[in-house]
Amino acid sequence: MNNRSTACENGPIRIQTPLSADVCALLRKGDMVLMSGDVYTARDAAHRRLYEALKKGLPLPIDLSISTIFYAAPSPTPPGKVIGSIGPTTSYRMDAFTPALIEHGLRGMIGKGNRSPEVVEAIKHYKAVYFGAIGGIAALTAQCVKKMELIAYEDLGPEAIRKLTIVDLPLIVINDFQGNDLYMSEQIKWHIKSI
Amino acid sequence: MNMENRKRIRRINTKRITATVKKLFIEANTALGDDMVSALHCSLQKEESPIGKQVLEKIIQNADIACRTAMPICQDTGLAVLFVEMGQDVRIVGGDLRAAIEEGVRQAYEDGYLRKSLCDPLTRTNTGNNTPAVIHMDIVPGDQLRIIAMPKGGGSENCSAAKMLTPAAGIEGIKKFVLETVENAGANPCPPIIVGIGIGGSLEQACILAKKALLRLVGKTNPSDDRLAQMEKELYTRINELGIGPAGLGGKVTTLAVHAEMMPCHIASLPVAVNIQCHVARHQEETL
Repeated sequence: MNNRSTACENGPIRIQTPLSADVCALLRKGDMVLMSGDVYTARDAAHRRLYEALKKGLPLPIDLSISTIFYAAPSPTPPGKVIGSIGPTTSYRMDAFTPALIEHGLRGMIGKGNRSPEVVEAIKHYKAVYFGAIGGIAALTAQCVKKMELIAYEDLGPEAIRKLTIVDLPLIVINDFQGNDLYMSEQIKWHIKSI
Repeated sequence: MNMENRKRIRRINTKRITATVKKLFIEANTALGDDMVSALHCSLQKEESPIGKQVLEKIIQNADIACRTAMPICQDTGLAVLFVEMGQDVRIVGGDLRAAIEEGVRQAYEDGYLRKSLCDPLTRTNTGNNTPAVIHMDIVPGDQLRIIAMPKGGGSENCSAAKMLTPAAGIEGIKKFVLETVENAGANPCPPIIVGIGIGGSLEQACILAKKALLRLVGKTNPSDDRLAQMEKELYTRINELGIGPAGLGGKVTTLAVHAEMMPCHIASLPVAVNIQCHVARHQEETL
C-alpha cells in the first residue's frame, strides 16, 4: 500500500475492514480491491431507520465509524449453507441518507450505480470510499461470505442489518476522496456517439 | 349444453396449476435460459474493454454456479410477474385460478429459498411471502393453459419509463425516448441489458407490450413488422455506442438485444414504454 503504482500493477489490493483513514486516503478510482473482514448489510428501509435514529440522537445498532455498509439483502439461507445469494442493490436510493451517515463516521460503502453530488461531496470531505460490486452475480459473490449474523431490525426481513464476515470480496473503487468517479471516466472512454 | 360443446371442455385442476407455478419460479431464478447464456458468450467476443470482459466472464461463471448449485442467480429473485393464457375451452376445477397461482408463488419463494421482495408501498412492511403476484390474464382459443413465469428485479424495473408522445414526434421521437431512458439508467440496471419497447395502445397497454417484448428469444428481431425490426437493429447499435458497458464500467456491450412490439393507438396519441431488463433475464413457461 505504500507504493500505489506497484500495488496496482501487482493485481488487486487486499484490504481489511474496519477501513482505516489511511487506507481510504490511499485508494483511488479504478483500484481493484479484495476486501476481507466484517461488513454490514443495510438497504432502503434500514437506512431510513438509521437516519431517523441519528436525527433523534438515539443510539445506532452499529458503530458507523468502524463499519463498512454493503447495500444488499441476501436471499434466504438454504440448509447447510452460510448464506443464500447476495449482491449489491442500486445505491442511489440510499443517497438521501448517506451524507448524514458519512458525517457520523461511515467510511466504506459497497453498492452499484452512480451516487448523488451530495454523496460525492461527503466522500471528498470526510475521506470516505464508495466501492462498486458487480450486480447480478450473487451465487458467485455468496462464496466470499464465510459467516452471517443478524444484528438489528429483524422485522424488516431481508432488509434487516446483518453482519457478514467476508474473505476476498472483489470490488472496484468508484468514488474516491479526490472526487474522482470511475463510471464517468470509463463510460466516456467508450462513448462513440451522443443521442 | 349440447353434447358437442360438453366434449370440448377440458378440466385442469388448480393443484396442477399451483405445482407448475412453483416449479417455474424456482427454475427461472436458478437456471438462466440458453438464449441468454449464448447471448452472453457472444457479447464476450464483441467486448473490447478489459474490465467489461472481466465482468461478462463473471456473469457467465455465476450463471453456471447458480445452475449447478440450485442457488438464485441474483439475490433479487424478483416481483412475481405472470402471463397466463387460458384457452376458452378450459374449465378450472378444484378452486380459484388466481388463488392457485398465488399459492404457487408463495410455495416457490418459501420452499425455493427465494427472497421475498414485496412490501406495502407506504409503510414498506414486507408482505412476507412475495405475493400478491402481478398476473396478466388473457383468454385465448383452445383448451390449453399457458403459464409464463417472469421474476422481475427491482433495479432494472426502476429504470423503466413510459411516455405519451405526440403523433408529430414519430419514430424519431420514439428512438430518442428509448436512448434517453437507457442513458439515464447508466450503471443502475445491471448492464448488459435487454430493452423491451411497447408502442401504441393505451398507457397501460404500451407498458404490457414492453414487458411482453422481454419474453422474446434474446436477439430475435420482430418477426412480423419490418419497421420494428429495423428500429431494433438501429437502437441496438446506438445503445451500444453510448459506452455504458458491462456493469456500467465502460465498454461496447451495453445491451444484448432490443425487442419492440406495437399495436394501433388513438389518433391523438403515441404511447411508448421502455421496460429495461437486467442481464439476469429470467422467464420460464409451461403449457398445461
